[in-house]
Amino acid sequence: MEIIVCVKRVPLTQEVDLEINPQKTDIRRDMLAYSINEWDNYAVEEAIVLKEKHGGNVVAVTVGTEEDEEVLRRSLAMGADKAIRVDPGNLLPDSFGIAKILAQVIRGMPHDVVLTGVQADDLNEGSVGTMLAELLDLAHAAVVTGVTAEGEEATVRVELEGGVEEVSRIKLPALLCIQTGINEPRYVSIMGIRKAAKKELNVVKIEDLSLSRNDLSPMTTVEELFLPPETEGAQFLEGDPATVAEEILRILKEKGVKK
Amino acid sequence: MSEIFVVVEHRNGEIREITYQLLWKADELCRKGSHTLTAVVLCGEKENFISEINDRADRVILFEDERIKNFNGDLYKELLVRLIQEHKPILTLIGHTPWGMDYAPSISIKTGYPLATDCVDVIFENGRPKVVRQIYAGKIFSRVAFKDSEGYLITVRSGAFSIDKAGEHKGEVIKKDIPPDLPTARREFVAFEDAGAGAIDITQADLLVSIGRGVGEADKVPAMQELANLMGGVLSCSRPVVDKNWLPKYHQVGTSGKSVKPKVYLAFGISGAFQHVAGISGAGCVIAVNKDKKAPIFRVADFGVVDDLFKVAEALKAKLA
Ligand SMILES: Cc1cc2nc3c(=O)[nH]c(=O)nc-3n(C[C@H](O)[C@H](O)[C@H](O)COP(=O)(O)OP(=O)(O)OC[C@H]3O[C@@H](n4cnc5c(N)ncnc54)[C@H](O)[C@@H]3O)c2cc1C
Ligand SMILES: Nc1ncnc2c1ncn2[C@@H]1O[C@H](COP(=O)(O)O)[C@@H](O)[C@H]1O
Repeated sequence: MEIIVCVKRVPLTQEVDLEINPQKTDIRRDMLAYSINEWDNYAVEEAIVLKEKHGGNVVAVTVGTEEDEEVLRRSLAMGADKAIRVDPGNLLPDSFGIAKILAQVIRGMPHDVVLTGVQADDLNEGSVGTMLAELLDLAHAAVVTGVTAEGEEATVRVELEGGVEEVSRIKLPALLCIQTGINEPRYVSIMGIRKAAKKELNVVKIEDLSLSRNDLSPMTTVEELFLPPETEGAQFLEGDPATVAEEILRILKEKGVKK
Repeated sequence: MSEIFVVVEHRNGEIREITYQLLWKADELCRKGSHTLTAVVLCGEKENFISEINDRADRVILFEDERIKNFNGDLYKELLVRLIQEHKPILTLIGHTPWGMDYAPSISIKTGYPLATDCVDVIFENGRPKVVRQIYAGKIFSRVAFKDSEGYLITVRSGAFSIDKAGEHKGEVIKKDIPPDLPTARREFVAFEDAGAGAIDITQADLLVSIGRGVGEADKVPAMQELANLMGGVLSCSRPVVDKNWLPKYHQVGTSGKSVKPKVYLAFGISGAFQHVAGISGAGCVIAVNKDKKAPIFRVADFGVVDDLFKVAEALKAKLA
């Protein structure tokens, strides 16, 4: 089974006071730490699990800068066989552009299953996966929480609302957008990443993909980023933990929660 | 003057709430921009949705066929792309639900209409829509413009708009034939399964002590269970806690978990992603404890504590012991 998994490096924004750049088109990134997109970590694990079961190869692909290779090396350490980075140069593609680029790369490679994350934990668009499926003319499923492949078909579980899951049969080759919790991603050690440095990591230049300007012209543009309005929000309880605890218990009583 | 399309979402014979939210917003946009509102229904034979929709739209376009009784991304895509190419609606509104996420991007590729996903507001400026989105899990807002196009596609976050009272339209119903060359779907529905049922029913609790990824590791969960017991509450959690198998699925609050309605919801180490807070809109009072003063949960909480959750948990235990 030939498996391709698309991965992205995203900034970690918990417990950080995000700032907006002077042009108001992006956040200030200089002080941020980065990591593999959480959804993609599960997608890589799922790719490796499928390979362990059915044989074949796993290729990890990212569209990004040299620094983004970190997530490819991590994927290689988890068990991917090969990695590809497409360098977008000074272009800043939107999700449509990313999907076009990924499609162009993947078209030339054997693929039975293509995996992406449900969404990237930056702009939370959740659209690259399904766009890519359409561009490659693949059957697809969004928000996948289970995959069992049998021959030319797979049974997939798709997560809906309220704990309901939809079981369906899908023809392979297919693209599946992987949801968190589908598996338990394996631990990656620094040693593992070092060892994986021997594996093949190819860099493709965007110029070499025979995509036109039109192909890459963004469908959407960010006009302005702004901070959430501060008008509403919580009343903060101040003081040491004991004082705060006292207050919380008082609120519980007031709200009629019996102990 | 042009049409605004709303694609109706339904499951097991019932219209889903997101549909009414889309119709409400579309109606507002129609009034401002003198567009007309078309609801598009794809359903099985004789499902009788029309009476619930046609007072909220100028027109209802209906496709009835047993192949689309259950949602099918392949067939939705085929039928909607043809319909959009025929009608050229200026705007098509779709729910940002697992199903909307499944077919809206395909339609964008097929029609060439630009798509913005998970939008919390839509405005028209000079005849062209713009949207507001939340990025970085709600920490930053973003106003997004589209490139020039004949039509635009937008998926809308559920809960972003209010639900309409019964409308004042009397939409004419136009029944469409299924094209004979409709391809066979590459994915077929088998069954719905409930993965959320279990030993504890968090929807009945008066007090939920809820934990998020902020608890850090599985070893810390028993201490929080103990706190919940001492307080006379029930332990619930956000999604990562379930994803990591720290707690079973039936503890999960949110869009893919349970919607809860406790008198008090006490959130420890939960950032407040929309998929989580969508599940606590019925809570009487929300108290959030988080180290990050900018965590989005504080925008929906009534009371906030900016501190280490374990310090607060220990202090609560000390008072109750
Ligand atoms: C289709 C779909 C469906 C989803 N459904 C759901 C759902 O039903 N329910 C759900 O919850 N999520 C759901 N999610 C996931 C959601 O988007 C978020 O990823 C998730 O809610 C984040 O959980 P969290 O707040 O626990 O973790 P994080 O976002 O990682 O937040 C952890 C928080 O803990 C704080 N913290 C860390 N350490 C401490 C400490 N010692 N003391 C105090 N605070 C601390 C941090 O500041 C941070 O704010 C869904 C996502 C998708 C795409
Ligand atoms: N720059 C990128 N390189 C490779 N894959 C990407 C990139 N951006 C998004 N993806 C994939 O598309 C998924 C959905 O991302 P998004 O549509 O941006 O929310 C991610 O989980 C990745 O699998």
